[in-house]
Amino acid sequence: MFYYILRRVLYTIPIAIGVSLIVFTLVHLAPGDPLSAVMGEVDQKMLAEMRASFGYDKPLPLQYLIWLGSALTGDMGYSLRTGAPVFRTLIDAAANTMVLGVAASFVGFLLGTSAGMFAGYHHGTWVDKAVSAAAIAGVSIPHYWLAIILVIVFSVQLGWLPSMGAGAGASLLSWDAWKHMLLPAIALAAIPCAIVARTARACVMEILGMEFVEALRARGLSERRILLHVSRNALPTVLAVIGLQFAHLLGGSILVEVVFSWPGTGYLLNLAIFDRDIPVLQGTILLLALFFVLTNLVVDILQTFADPRISRA
Amino acid sequence: MVDMPLVTVEDLGVEFVGPEATVHAVNGVSFTLTKGEVLGILGESGSGKSVTLRALMRLLPRKKTHLAGRVEIAGRNVMALGEHGLSDLRGPIVAMIFQEPMTALDPVFTIGQQIVEAIVRHEDVSPAEARRRALELLELVQIPSAKRRLDTFPHQLSGGLRQRAMIAIALACRPQLLLADEPTTALDATVQIQVLLLLRSLQQELGMAMIFVTHDLGVAVEVSHKLAVMYAGRIVESGSVVDVVKRPRHPYTEGLLGSTVHEVPKGARLTPITGSPPNLAALPPGCSFAPRCRYAEARCTGEFPPAVTLGSHLGYDHVARCINSRRVGQPETATS
Repeated sequence: MFYYILRRVLYTIPIAIGVSLIVFTLVHLAPGDPLSAVMGEVDQKMLAEMRASFGYDKPLPLQYLIWLGSALTGDMGYSLRTGAPVFRTLIDAAANTMVLGVAASFVGFLLGTSAGMFAGYHHGTWVDKAVSAAAIAGVSIPHYWLAIILVIVFSVQLGWLPSMGAGAGASLLSWDAWKHMLLPAIALAAIPCAIVARTARACVMEILGMEFVEALRARGLSERRILLHVSRNALPTVLAVIGLQFAHLLGGSILVEVVFSWPGTGYLLNLAIFDRDIPVLQGTILLLALFFVLTNLVVDILQTFADPRISRA
Repeated sequence: MVDMPLVTVEDLGVEFVGPEATVHAVNGVSFTLTKGEVLGILGESGSGKSVTLRALMRLLPRKKTHLAGRVEIAGRNVMALGEHGLSDLRGPIVAMIFQEPMTALDPVFTIGQQIVEAIVRHEDVSPAEARRRALELLELVQIPSAKRRLDTFPHQLSGGLRQRAMIAIALACRPQLLLADEPTTALDATVQIQVLLLLRSLQQELGMAMIFVTHDLGVAVEVSHKLAVMYAGRIVESGSVVDVVKRPRHPYTEGLLGSTVHEVPKGARLTPITGSPPNLAALPPGCSFAPRCRYAEARCTGEFPPAVTLGSHLGYDHVARCINSRRVGQPETATS
């Protein structure tokens, strides 16, 4: 078990390096010069000087190594737009995204897993049909559309909840912070909740059809105890989907963050794209990609505890 | 026998109701079993052997299954039991060993956990005491280094050990009746014998009654006191092992014996039973074996033949359901 985890941790290093390489290449593949977009019409000599000062005149492989080297030490350059250090900006944005992501996953995964398992266990009943219908609606509704609808209903018409920002309060526990978080968290949770519910339902139904469930019944165990066995068997699969969805919540919340002007990484990425703010863009994409890598790592490790067969494979 | 029978099955019927057809899996099976007795049920795939076992424990899915007849085990009317009564029955009174130990054990719980769980469910003992009992059980089924094996998962054991572990779980609450559903079929030939001998000695040692379902004649002969041969959901012949194997009186039993290598000289040709088993959704009237039977005549397709008692051996009546049973019975001439 220990060696499996160690190996799994070591695997993430080449993955992370590969990710950084792809991020860097993609950003630089886009046509046009980062500086020319920012500076507009200036004389060529000044542009060349600026280029040299940012290191944009060097060959790309060298630029990559320099960028990677300084990124590792926490220096990711300065925003071309605001001049603020990218690393600092990213940390703040990541914290906001993380808070929102955790809130959304708490709501979504808890509801999704329990509703899905319940539906699978009672499949064919009206509860199952209701959950399935809700889950199909959930995966089909675009989250930005849901976000806009939520704003229209709860902020504009009912006026119950704020429509933008993370609130001025510094404390996470203040009522103001909660109020600001509620709508974006719901908008963000809808799709993962539905996906997890569908997975959990299918998984539980599959397991209920397995012979060992009949064998458990033959031992005279109570239905509650059998449900425990079934959910314990469904856990690895559900966990894997939850992990992927959590990574999506952190990395894929761009549109929802934009709709609610939530000061997270998605919102930051959106700004950086429109401003062609290359250092921020690079840093944000790298960070989002690393979210995925790290979440996968955590899920893989958790799975070894959930399913004893994995660590031996 | 002065003993009250432990198991009484009368006219057991099982129908699976589907959207397209109703499958008549078991059609009027009756037998009794006393304490410490072993009944071997013999038959090919789809003859209703496993379904009969599951019906005894009421394990079949309630919604799609229609049960008929009477089943009484240890004085309880099994057909009338509710959810609670059934779960009290399963384990301490009736336990079952499944064919495929890999799929019949929960893969994410250790062997020890699964035994302890069963004991704690049925008996008022502490988990520590249950664990001590679990260790004893693993030793009872002769699993080497039992203490270590208590904390292993099913996938970490070999097929033979896995089946032993399943037997240990089945024996956890000292059942009076053990149902064995082809317990050796999924195992290697060498391991088969070991598990079979283990089951036989455990059955004798613990004085359990056992119903042993198999399609392997050699296996059935090894463990059983009496045999029942099933075809298309009915018992077509029953009697002591010697009567059924040495003096078969039903053409199907004769066919089964003729098509196995059991006690056949090397080089001799085996005789297959021609044709295939009937469709259980549309059983022909009369004897279901008639279309494949070499003794068949017009009368056979009229109605299902009544039971004919042909003799008795070791206290077991030799019964065949064939109108020509007196003509059947010379395997030598039959196979020529």
